[in-house]
Amino acid sequence: MDWTSIRLSVELALVTLAILLPLAIAVSRWLAVTPLKSKPWIEGLLALPLVLPPTVIGYYLLVAMGTRTAPGRLFERLAGHTLAFSFSGLVVASVIFNIPFAVQPLQRAFEAITPDVREAAQCCGLTFWQTLLRIELPLAGPGILSAAVMTFAHTLGEFGVVLMVGGNIPGETKTVAISIYDKAQSFDQASAGAMSLLLLVISLVTIAVSYGSMQRLMRRRRAA
Amino acid sequence: MSLVVDLRHEGPALRFVAEVPAGTITALVGPSGSGKTSILRAIAGLLRLRHERVNFAGEDWSDSERGLHLPTRLRPIGLVSQHYALFPHLSAQGNVETALTHLSRRERALQALRCLELAHVAGLESRYPHELSGGQKQRVALARAIARQPKVLLLDEPFSAVDRSTRKRLYVELRRLHGQLGATVVLVTHDLDEAAQLASHLILLRHGRRLQAGATAHVLTHPCCEEAARLLDIPNVFDAEVKLASSGRTLLLRWGPHTLRAAGALPPGIDGPLKFAVLPQNLVLIPADKPWGGHLENPVQAVVEEVITLGGETIVWLRPEGLPTTRLQMRLPERAVRRHAVTSGKAVTICLRASDVIPLGLQPAD
Repeated sequence: MDWTSIRLSVELALVTLAILLPLAIAVSRWLAVTPLKSKPWIEGLLALPLVLPPTVIGYYLLVAMGTRTAPGRLFERLAGHTLAFSFSGLVVASVIFNIPFAVQPLQRAFEAITPDVREAAQCCGLTFWQTLLRIELPLAGPGILSAAVMTFAHTLGEFGVVLMVGGNIPGETKTVAISIYDKAQSFDQASAGAMSLLLLVISLVTIAVSYGSMQRLMRRRRAA
Repeated sequence: MSLVVDLRHEGPALRFVAEVPAGTITALVGPSGSGKTSILRAIAGLLRLRHERVNFAGEDWSDSERGLHLPTRLRPIGLVSQHYALFPHLSAQGNVETALTHLSRRERALQALRCLELAHVAGLESRYPHELSGGQKQRVALARAIARQPKVLLLDEPFSAVDRSTRKRLYVELRRLHGQLGATVVLVTHDLDEAAQLASHLILLRHGRRLQAGATAHVLTHPCCEEAARLLDIPNVFDAEVKLASSGRTLLLRWGPHTLRAAGALPPGIDGPLKFAVLPQNLVLIPADKPWGGHLENPVQAVVEEVITLGGETIVWLRPEGLPTTRLQMRLPERAVRRHAVTSGKAVTICLRASDVIPLGLQPAD
């Protein structure tokens, strides 16, 4: 077992969650209620990581993080190293390729809240933030849980983008998925097998939790 | 001290001007699509219209000309929507407490319990919405709506989703609650019976326009125009000619070969042809053995065409003499039909009292 890469993967997943979840909540809440005509285009853009090959996303991210682009140069000036092939770069990439996994369950959850419930909150004298905290977030709870576990599991398992953007630097960018690939390449079947089994179990549990919470959401929607 | 509403909007068209007397229950009645719910939502501030003015007791809530639109949360209103919109993740008590966030935690709990008690759902405070029946949900929604002691209580078809017996009980409770709170209640319904039982004032709506407004008992029996008569489900609307109209006192109508005396003035803008309405329950059947002469008001000979009894009440269709294409509907208690042996084909005399012959005006332009 390559504990360093496992710890790195978990760290990456947690940091990704901490950054992505609040952003995804804001975006999906907005998408759930906006009457904007161009909404399908925005949704399509956010869902792109689902259909694009990871290497394509990885390639564009690598180019964007390089010193030939303004953001890349700015980061290098501030941090002293390039964004690519660093943990920070991995976080940026991870946040981006996880967008659909976080936004979609959240958007479904916010859409499940009927307009009359939001209006009832206004009639109860609640401000926008009070409504969000007391009514909408608790009601979207299963969606938030689902978004969190999907993001977490997906970050642990992502391979293509990580390899493109982060390379294979132990302790910095070598995640558990890459480590499994490494071990398998060097015929360390025992380690590769153990780590694969660990990822399998984590994925199964997270998907089951996610489906369970979705079911609860649907039940609540029907009951309301 | 009243709720003044002036709303105009294009597509869907809404041109609604009304004054709701403070402290009363006023029913907004109209077919679906007549804009009832939109009006309620505009009063609540949930809907913003191109031209809107909502004023309660001299205080402007909305005034589009001044760009004023008080947010819903700052309006002293309570709303019960058609499907109650309870917060599904909160208990009955939690639902009511949500409307009381301005109070301390302790006061909040006490006030919520008081409201649940007022709405007759004490003892159910820890239940969640999915554990409540339709009637109980309605009561919890009502408790939540009254929690902030609103000055205006808006009820959007609140009884449409509960069964008949529950509805009757809720009517009584709403009347009692209204007596205790003294709030101005605006009740949206498409059910005339409901409006008749609950509301002291009635506003008839059609296509986003006010057709008629006034005291419920008066509006129900005195439609102002043909459209209002149709909304009030009055089947007897007939064409006539003005024979004589003098100084707003005497009004004589020519109805086929009959001359009818009508009480009241000729509606403005009408001369010559007009329509009049007679409520089926206001037609008087004159017993055959009773001598009749000049003292009878507007006697009309007619032939009974059809007799149908519906639960104690009998609907009789009559063909008035000299009007071969006209069918007149009369409603009688079943025992009266038996006593007078009213059967198809029988010739009878009926009397249309002058006070019950209602001349219909033109549809209000605004």
